[in-house]
Amino acid sequence: MTLTDAQQLGYINAQAADGRVNVELETDDGMVLNMGPQHPATHGTLRLVARLDGEQVTSADVMCGYMHRGYEKLCEVRSYPQVTTLVNRIDWLGSFANEVPFILAAEQLMEVEAPPRAQWIRTLLFELSRIANVSLFIGDLALQLGAQTPAFYAFRDREFVLNQIESVTGGRFHPNFDRIGGLKDDLPKGWIAETKAAMVRLRAFCDEMEGLVYGNEIFQSRTRGVGIIPAAVAQSYGLSGANLRGSGVDWDLRRDANVGLVYDQLDWKVWTHPDGDSYSRCWVRLQEVREATTIVDQICDGLPSGAIMAKVPRIIKVPAGEAYIATENPLGQMGYYVVSKGDTGPFRVKIRSASFNNISIAPWLLRGVYVPDIITILASLYFILGDIDR
Amino acid sequence: MGLVESGKMPKPLTKLLNLSRKYSIWAYQWGLACCAIEMGAAFASPRYDVMRLGVIPFPASPRQADLVVISGTVTDKIVPAIKRLYEQMPDPKYVISMGSCTNCGGPYWDSYSVTKGVDQIIPVDVYVPGCPPRPEALLEGVVLLQERIQNEDMAARWRGEQDRQEPIIVG
Repeated sequence: MTLTDAQQLGYINAQAADGRVNVELETDDGMVLNMGPQHPATHGTLRLVARLDGEQVTSADVMCGYMHRGYEKLCEVRSYPQVTTLVNRIDWLGSFANEVPFILAAEQLMEVEAPPRAQWIRTLLFELSRIANVSLFIGDLALQLGAQTPAFYAFRDREFVLNQIESVTGGRFHPNFDRIGGLKDDLPKGWIAETKAAMVRLRAFCDEMEGLVYGNEIFQSRTRGVGIIPAAVAQSYGLSGANLRGSGVDWDLRRDANVGLVYDQLDWKVWTHPDGDSYSRCWVRLQEVREATTIVDQICDGLPSGAIMAKVPRIIKVPAGEAYIATENPLGQMGYYVVSKGDTGPFRVKIRSASFNNISIAPWLLRGVYVPDIITILASLYFILGDIDR
Repeated sequence: MGLVESGKMPKPLTKLLNLSRKYSIWAYQWGLACCAIEMGAAFASPRYDVMRLGVIPFPASPRQADLVVISGTVTDKIVPAIKRLYEQMPDPKYVISMGSCTNCGGPYWDSYSVTKGVDQIIPVDVYVPGCPPRPEALLEGVVLLQERIQNEDMAARWRGEQDRQEPIIVG
């Protein structure tokens, strides 16, 4: 019996819906391999249906929606401070970075500006969450290639960053610290010195990883020349963040469209790599962690004094209007399109999250690769399921 | 153990059996969302290190697991897979529900696509509240579960005389 593609896919879907996951199906024209929905190589619950010809992938489909929590609908029934709590959980590794664009959009509508000290601390926490996010990526990347030790190192050194975030905000993961018009609290006493010490440790972690993972012969042979994305293709699929910079496109929202943060007053560099393969994407991320530690050091040195909260009314009502603000989050461009009708809660929130666009290239990228390379390519694309499905 | 199946078990042997079961829990990590990272920190990081409690967090399949930690938001789409996972595990099996989402829906209590509590699908032994709970809270849940295992009467359970105990709530 010859099944059409749609029938085969329907069969697989029915199987998975029944809970029978990881099915392998022999058909006349090759085999269908189903990965997921729960697979260690996916940061959450993603399902991948790959059609194979021997060891080669002839086509691959990404099925998402296993982590869909209905954010955009929930935002409509929450007030502005409550939305901040909710959007923390989109990209759960770099939580603070999710709050910032939403708060900036609300501030733009209210025509409020945070005081300079609040802007500097925002930038500081933004970069700390980038470090917390990407340092775990480096450990996880090695884990997916079969090496467990780097994951332990990543968890060990990531704790130093989480400690710093926790002592400011009170939460290891979900700080919910950003307020319209400023921040909830000032930095605690002695925090700056502790942060600088933590940054020294993180730089040592980067050096360690460069030798242990990036310099490793196995790692290089499995990632160099694999999963190449040319710059034009990357742009046409709407990739952002390190995936785009790994293809040699010099584009970073922190430098090119900086709103409300203080990146224009700091001395830092946008890293790119011309190759566009899996290795270059991972390499760019490692350099970004290094760059983020120097940014944090600079902010610690140049932190201005003053208030941390602008004058805002007690009950926040945002005037009618529309605003779109995007920032360069750890995963890429994250934007919030907020429509207000003058109420205490937003009328509509559209969330443009980085991972959704980044994973959209997977069917194009996985065509023709070998089965073991699926894992390395997906790992190097670096997505988080909360960020895809929202 | 033939003795357990016959429904008769001397007390010292029960103690010995429970002691060995308590310190060799194979835990399956069913990580779904944010809590999965805290579970990773509790189970696979050098700071928290669950292996010192006698829990081995790396079984290859749910068929080898005694304990499953459901951590993260359970959506309606993933529910069939969770049910199948629980059915695949051999008895005696335990479930830790980690985080507010898994306990009751958490911040998504009014969402259209989130299951409000994994206890609607499978029986839960330990609830760990928090959003997400700290790794210490999960370790506390593991320790409390070990205490319960120590006091269990396997033979009575096999004869069907022991009712399901009330779930433990951490904190």
